[in-house]
Amino acid sequence: MADFTSGFWTWFISLTTIVSILGVLIFLLKCSKRDPDEDPNNVKTMGHVWDGDLEEYNNPLPTWWFYWFILTIVWAAVYLIFYPGLGSYAGVLGWTQVNQLEDEMQVAEEKYGPIYQQYLNTDIAELVKDDAALKVGERIYASYCTTCHGSDARGGRGFPNLRDNDWLYGGEPENIKTTLLNGRQGAMPAWGEMLSTEQIFSLTSYVEQLAGREVDSMIASKGGELFKTNCAMCHGAEGKGNYMFGAPNLTDDIWLYGGSQKKITETLLIGRNGKMPAHKEFLGEAKIHVLTAYIYSLSNN
Amino acid sequence: MTDNGTYNYKVVRQFAVMTIVWGLVGMLVGLIIAAQLAWPVLNFDIPYLTFGRLRPLHTNAVIFAFGGSALFASSYYIVQRTCHARLCSDRIAAFTFWGWQLIIVSAAITFPLGITQSKEYAELIWPIDLLITVVWVAYAYVFFGTIVKRKIKHIYVANWFFAAFILTIAVLHIVNNLAIPTSLLHSYSAYAGVQDAMVQWWYGHNAVGFFLTAGFLGMMYYFVPKLAGRPVYSYRLSIVHFWALTFTYIWAGPHHLHYTALPDWAQSLGMVMSIILLAPSWGGMINGIMTLSGAWHKLRTDPVLRMMIVSLSFYGMSTFEGPMMAIKTVNALSHYTDWTIGHVHSGALGWVAFISLGCMYYMIPRLYGRAIYSIKLIEVHFWISTIGIVLYIVSMWVAGIMQGLMWRAVNDDGTLTYSFVESVEAMHPFYIIRFLGGLLFFLGTLVMAYNIWKTVAGSEPATAAIPEPVGAH
Repeated sequence: MADFTSGFWTWFISLTTIVSILGVLIFLLKCSKRDPDEDPNNVKTMGHVWDGDLEEYNNPLPTWWFYWFILTIVWAAVYLIFYPGLGSYAGVLGWTQVNQLEDEMQVAEEKYGPIYQQYLNTDIAELVKDDAALKVGERIYASYCTTCHGSDARGGRGFPNLRDNDWLYGGEPENIKTTLLNGRQGAMPAWGEMLSTEQIFSLTSYVEQLAGREVDSMIASKGGELFKTNCAMCHGAEGKGNYMFGAPNLTDDIWLYGGSQKKITETLLIGRNGKMPAHKEFLGEAKIHVLTAYIYSLSNN
Repeated sequence: MTDNGTYNYKVVRQFAVMTIVWGLVGMLVGLIIAAQLAWPVLNFDIPYLTFGRLRPLHTNAVIFAFGGSALFASSYYIVQRTCHARLCSDRIAAFTFWGWQLIIVSAAITFPLGITQSKEYAELIWPIDLLITVVWVAYAYVFFGTIVKRKIKHIYVANWFFAAFILTIAVLHIVNNLAIPTSLLHSYSAYAGVQDAMVQWWYGHNAVGFFLTAGFLGMMYYFVPKLAGRPVYSYRLSIVHFWALTFTYIWAGPHHLHYTALPDWAQSLGMVMSIILLAPSWGGMINGIMTLSGAWHKLRTDPVLRMMIVSLSFYGMSTFEGPMMAIKTVNALSHYTDWTIGHVHSGALGWVAFISLGCMYYMIPRLYGRAIYSIKLIEVHFWISTIGIVLYIVSMWVAGIMQGLMWRAVNDDGTLTYSFVESVEAMHPFYIIRFLGGLLFFLGTLVMAYNIWKTVAGSEPATAAIPEPVGAH
């Protein structure tokens, strides 16, 4: 659908609005006129009768109602002078919802900015010992992180548990901070097209063996061969993962997308794409610094 | 034709009975989802019973099945009796009945299956939308055809409101549902992005304005003066508020999209027109309540009239609340909270349901030629349901304002005081009270169903001869 970018529309909107509001006003004034020979103490019906006994009086408009109606119209007119409404006319106050937001954000920045700036100058290793800072970090976590990682920070399917000290991209404060600032893009390729069903089956077996489960060693060793050529590049020759690629450690029996045989097979067949969004622009480095301390404290206290 | 000397009561009777049936069904589904909000385990992990699928079933059942049947029944009754003419076509009237029932049944099948076009209050998929269009055109033909046949030159005020409702709903329904089908069950809206949102809320708000307001004002303008035995208070007030209401309502949709991608100017116009809408909305309430002047004592003895006057009071309350909530500053607090749900239900239970049930109490005994089985039970119904409405509205006010305040509360460090889930947790007691309120309203309606059943069981359908109009009109 085309957008209404022509200058004609601002005139169309303004004129329609003004004519409409004036029209309502004129109509109201016209209907409020009383006949000079009308007697308010002896109101007559209109003289029509429907369905045996339905009739209508013609009482004048209640005065309070009439003035109230006028008042809303006057208010509307005044509002449209001060605020945007008549097409592209900006209104005397120059208000927009965007500058309202910007103003509020600026006030908040002035008020709260210094608090976070102070934290930013403190080392994360120190912040972890500061209960007040951790409390602030927890509140930031509650507002922005719980949707995916859960109120208890134990994650869910596809969303890492933040309390188990098992890390995809490293668990040192600087690793966590980088993750929060820039986000992460995890990509496990789909092997369904490249490997046969039998090969996927034996790979699954090998991955289970890595996690310390009892499996058919014949099948698992076939899988081990495949692992060397296809998987070791990211997950490492021993399957212990690699922070550089966000490749999970496969030997610790901790699973992001489920650890049942069925789920492992599914991961191999269709691949996985994890996405942690970047928060640098949204939260700013100072808040992220405090948040990092909180996340770090979850598995290091 | 022998029918020519009588009114067509058959189609009125059919719609009247289905009003009660669909009312109970729609309220029961509402009760189930209210219980699910308080106790989520009640969806039993069965996809067909989840909130997302039952909620549109509830809204469509109460608005279009219950409210729609009440509107068909009362408009067919009123247009005949105030025009002193039988419906212009019995066959097309019968088609509107069976067509409308088919639409309702197909809604009841598709929604639990998750088949929807996901526009609020317009969830039905395109083939059903087409059927609605056909039935609606037939309805318009029957209604306006009967107006044309009228024996009194002046058209009674109730019929203006029904006419506005029928015409506007036709336009709204067609424009909002324009879509490009990709399969029998799926389509894409003809509009994109914010334009789609604007069209949707232009529709959504006027579904409230014309389906749930204008049509029911039509009922009010017939039954209140009939029960009061008094002339309508003011003809010129009815003219002013009719034209101002129908004209202004159509602008007010953008107030549903405050602080969104909708341009500022459109949001402002929606808000300004919502404020102007306040007085015209109240015009109907004033005209209804003032019709009683000189007959106030009847409120003590006639529970049906009392139900209607209470419904007008709820109408006045929610049409005051609506414009207030349309103000940007108030909306910033109320939007997305349960306050909105409370507001809708003060209109839906207090106004729409009460005026509809009141008019069923009036019509059904007359349609079957019997006196109502028990006045006492009407009293019981009235009180149980009124308490139910009050519990519902008050709990949602408290819940909604609390949510709004919790969401915006900040700590000294600028972080939010409450996480979202804490605000959900805080709703629990109010969701239980809301459920109890809904339960009471439902029980009241069950009492009514029993009363109506005892009234009509074993009776013969009544016929009514068309009288000559009084006076030389």
